[in-house]
Amino acid sequence: MSATTFDLAAVPLREVNRALHAPGLAGAYVVDHPAGAHNVAVGLDAPVSVSVNGHVGYYAAGMNQQAEVTIHGNAGTGLAENMMSGSVHVTGSASQSAGATGRGGLLVIDGDAGARCGISLKGLDIVVGGSVGHMSAFMAQRGRLVVRGDAGEALGDSIYEARLYLRGTARSLGADCVEKPMGAEHLAELAGLLRAAGYDDDPASYRRFGSARTLYHFHAANTY
Amino acid sequence: MCGIVGLHLRDPELHPRLGELLTGMLCEMQDRGADSAGIAVYGHQGFSPAGRCTISLIDERLAADDVAAALATALGTDVGTSAVAGVVLAHADVAPAALLAAARACFPDVLVGGFGEDLAVLKGVGTPRDLAAAWGLAAVQGWQGVGHTRMATESAVTPAGAHPYAVGPGECLVHNGSFSNHATIRRELRAAGIAFDSENDTEVGARFVAHRLAQGDDVATALTTLTQTFDGFYTLLVSDRDSFAVVRDAIACKPAVIAETDAWVAMASEYRALAHLPGVEDARLWEPEPEVIYAWTRAGVPA
Repeated sequence: MSATTFDLAAVPLREVNRALHAPGLAGAYVVDHPAGAHNVAVGLDAPVSVSVNGHVGYYAAGMNQQAEVTIHGNAGTGLAENMMSGSVHVTGSASQSAGATGRGGLLVIDGDAGARCGISLKGLDIVVGGSVGHMSAFMAQRGRLVVRGDAGEALGDSIYEARLYLRGTARSLGADCVEKPMGAEHLAELAGLLRAAGYDDDPASYRRFGSARTLYHFHAANTY
Repeated sequence: MCGIVGLHLRDPELHPRLGELLTGMLCEMQDRGADSAGIAVYGHQGFSPAGRCTISLIDERLAADDVAAALATALGTDVGTSAVAGVVLAHADVAPAALLAAARACFPDVLVGGFGEDLAVLKGVGTPRDLAAAWGLAAVQGWQGVGHTRMATESAVTPAGAHPYAVGPGECLVHNGSFSNHATIRRELRAAGIAFDSENDTEVGARFVAHRLAQGDDVATALTTLTQTFDGFYTLLVSDRDSFAVVRDAIACKPAVIAETDAWVAMASEYRALAHLPGVEDARLWEPEPEVIYAWTRAGVPA
């Protein structure tokens, strides 16, 4: 079955998104010439594949459910914000707050992600091919963040229960974020995430970080 | 919100297209700010003839002929003028400080938009698209231009509240964000003898940078000192006739994208403002890191 193509240079974005929201949607779709537009392919809820050819603006593939979205380019602020399921793959880099509040599915960014990647993560898995900016996984509650490069300042600040796997180095760890031992189950989990994202790194080359759980309750002597 | 754009052309073959490219950049950022807009253009002969100093006087009631006559008398030399949609551009073969002093003396109540060699600043209240059309921006030529689309948050919607702030000779600053300790710094600068045109936070940043440059700092040092002195959220684009620099605050929540090719360097709040630039598909694209100064200098400019 051949893909249906939308040309954003000729068709308004609202029309394209409306077509992608049609009940019972299936098959493959292509979006050409996004030219940095915001809200491309947001709110999808169907087992379709959508391929976007070019750079996109804010909130691309936000709230995604079921769909497999591939962006051949860079993405702006809030990529795949609050995605629920399915997959989003960016071949370039992403700006700040990629995968923010994501509940489920897989987000893969082949390049770098900016500040606050995976902020308030709630179950989504994120694999970043390059590095992530400062305050990534801030207040992350559930899910996994894999970084094949380095992390900026305050990685995992005020983290709850998400698991962070880092191959490079973090400029600093945020409040209550600590390194944790890499058990067999973690190596297996990481190998699965890397495989799903199309990478074959040795999981043993990564370190694991997570919550020290000292911020769960207020203490009279709390130093933070 | 607000939007900022800047284009630094390396390839002289693109100089005739500066205004056309800058118009596209500015108008694309209208969604980020539609109450006022401004531009600074370096090298447009019709606005700022080479070898002369130009000053932008922003007041719809001014007549260009009156400005020319008054400044010629004050300076004792011929003064050329042009009127561009509420702005009178006056130029003379004098030093920037002399032209500024004469304009302040002759027109004490008129807003000075900018002054210096090769520089013209146009700003006003209105939508970026309407203002760009009124200025005839698409036909402007030159080697560098910056622009700002304003969504006012902390001071009045007036020409004095619009960006750019071009308060030092040939210098220009545009800002997306808000400074939170500007009142304290304004008080300190006032105590040092520096006058202000508005209650706008960005003007404090521009006066601070101009003051540091006047003290002998280079642009990178002045901007580093700014990051250590100012609190708040900001992406800044700071230019003079030979340089173009970008800096963001430590939190870096205000957006910025830089694109670079052999022919040009461009900066904007969002990529979509760059999507029409020639060769952008092969440009090196990145997001500037917090508190890192990115600066470019015009090639072949004698020190």
